[in-house]
Amino acid sequence: MAEKDGISRREVLSGGLRGLGLLGIGTATGALATRDRSDDEVWQIDPDACIQCGLCATECVLEISAVKTVHSHGMCGYCELCTGYFEPDPVNLDEGAENQLCPTGAIERTYVEHPYYEYRIIPDLCVGCGKCVKGCNMFGNGSLYLQVNPDRCVDCNRCAIASACPAEAFRLVPRPTPYLLRGKEGT
Amino acid sequence: MSPQHRITRRTRRSALRSKSPRSECLKVRTAERQKRPKASESRDLRPSTFRPSTPEGPATAIWLLVLLALALPALGIERFPPPDFSGGHEIPETVVPASQARTQAWLDVAMLALGLGLASWISLRLRSRKGLVILSIAALAYFGFWRRGCVCAIGSVQNVALGLADPGYAVPLAVIAFFSLPLIVALMWGRGFCAGVCPHGAIQELVLIKPLKVPHWLDQPLRLLPWIYLSLALLLATTGGLFIICKYDPFVGIFRMGGPRGMLLLGGGLLVLSMFVGRPYCRWLCPFGALLGLLSRVSRFRPSVTPDHCSRCRLCESACPYGAIHTPTTDDSSRDADARPRPLALVVLIPLAALLFGWLGGKVGLASVAWHPTGELASQVAMAEAGTLPEPAPDEITAWRQAGADRAALSTAIAVLERRSLFLGRLFGAGFGVAAALHLVRVRFPRATADYVTDPADCVSCARCFTACPYERLRRGETVQLPVEGGGRA
Repeated sequence: MAEKDGISRREVLSGGLRGLGLLGIGTATGALATRDRSDDEVWQIDPDACIQCGLCATECVLEISAVKTVHSHGMCGYCELCTGYFEPDPVNLDEGAENQLCPTGAIERTYVEHPYYEYRIIPDLCVGCGKCVKGCNMFGNGSLYLQVNPDRCVDCNRCAIASACPAEAFRLVPRPTPYLLRGKEGT
Repeated sequence: MSPQHRITRRTRRSALRSKSPRSECLKVRTAERQKRPKASESRDLRPSTFRPSTPEGPATAIWLLVLLALALPALGIERFPPPDFSGGHEIPETVVPASQARTQAWLDVAMLALGLGLASWISLRLRSRKGLVILSIAALAYFGFWRRGCVCAIGSVQNVALGLADPGYAVPLAVIAFFSLPLIVALMWGRGFCAGVCPHGAIQELVLIKPLKVPHWLDQPLRLLPWIYLSLALLLATTGGLFIICKYDPFVGIFRMGGPRGMLLLGGGLLVLSMFVGRPYCRWLCPFGALLGLLSRVSRFRPSVTPDHCSRCRLCESACPYGAIHTPTTDDSSRDADARPRPLALVVLIPLAALLFGWLGGKVGLASVAWHPTGELASQVAMAEAGTLPEPAPDEITAWRQAGADRAALSTAIAVLERRSLFLGRLFGAGFGVAAALHLVRVRFPRATADYVTDPADCVSCARCFTACPYERLRRGETVQLPVEGGGRA
């Protein structure tokens, strides 16, 4: 078309569209970035919605899942026969591997006093399969539960486990209070 | 433990429970539990009873536990009150690792900004292929193998769409930056993101050893696929928070050195294909690339193949593995012969395509309800009620029953979801229609050019054409034999 002062119609049009594009991106970004939030959010599991299906161990993008078992000791019954620790039908009531529920031996069982035993999770060994959690919730106090460790979580755009979770137990919680916990720590 | 102590513990726990964000039905269940005879607190069921004093001890204990479990199916109930230790044993605090610092996310954003700046500068000013290769390796190492493909700009489209559709979802600031910075750069300097920042682009670029030409008639229709993928991904992200771009990402399995077998096979296959066909994912699948290409069409600055004079030797077109350099259509660049039908075609085609695909999108939207977790649950519930659900019941049904099996709430949720999916399906369908119309007009009525120029939408600024152009090599001080004028058009 006719050129005015060396600027063609196409350049004007493309400039206008470019301005519109910048405005659109700016508006969308601004609207999202100024949204009410104290800080970022992190993925957490609602322990009451979790059904221990075992997908946490396999669906996470990490080789070893960011989900691990957390133990609220204040809720624990210190049972000698812990259903989160022992197979439902143990050969003997001892710490032999054949009697343990945990596939990686990530639960440490120590004698406190008759007839109480203390159970500690070794986070480095836990793979988040939830076998102990299932046992504890089914027969015990529910002091064991699965939770996302924010220090291991890589903050995917959308959590792969959350997408697969059949119970829709994953929640986004504000980063300053990154844990959905049970027991007295849950306050 | 004294009875008073026990009661205060219980009351405090109930207070905690009602404070926590839980559904009403669970509150009711807590109240029921308090009314129930407190079997769990009777002396007989204390853990000490389960001590295997006799060989049949464990079996008895398990029987008691099973009975107890049948009597008390509720979650998290205090069946065994924590003991009072006579030896003064301290109950340990729950061990929780500290939250990750925010610095990692900001480092990612800084690296992105730096990478975008460098990529644009290298491709437009330095015109250096070597520089871009080095930048690609660095991007692949950092964003790919070190950060394992997360946060990802390609997937951020879904977060932003979900954020715009759902006011309750706060998009992380880093994700917003990963979405907007490459787009802004595309408006100014073209697809610098694809050239040297995106690890997906880099991995395909670096393995390309023997590029085969893909014919125009095959390449251009395939370039509509990203728009279909984008519309579908946005629909599923906004209706149900399903992120299919992330779920079917081909290369993250390679970055993470592991993953589902399907993902690894897809990634490996695509990688083998990219050895012979330039960037198949970027060209025919990447939804973010489609957006970047659209915005690049009006970019302020764009790479020009030759620094000054084009002799139409066609060397640059042969060098481009992405089919992004178009053959000149006219001898006189000032005469834009094909300009007239273009606006007309746009005015007619855009509303038509928007209407057609908007209608079609509504259909897809309604169909997508079945893929949504709630839709899946509803069909499973229907099957369970008809008695056709295979045993054992899927986890979804278990979870639903555990949460109270609220049939009315489920049908309300389905109705809301259907309305929403219909509207959003029409919206994204219309969006796809507009994009398809623009694409069709661009392919059918190419801009009249006298020289070999890059198509800004398809060009990923890989800088291969620069090193192929004899006039560029002359500018760099190399001795070249200049080709015959118009040799490429013969």
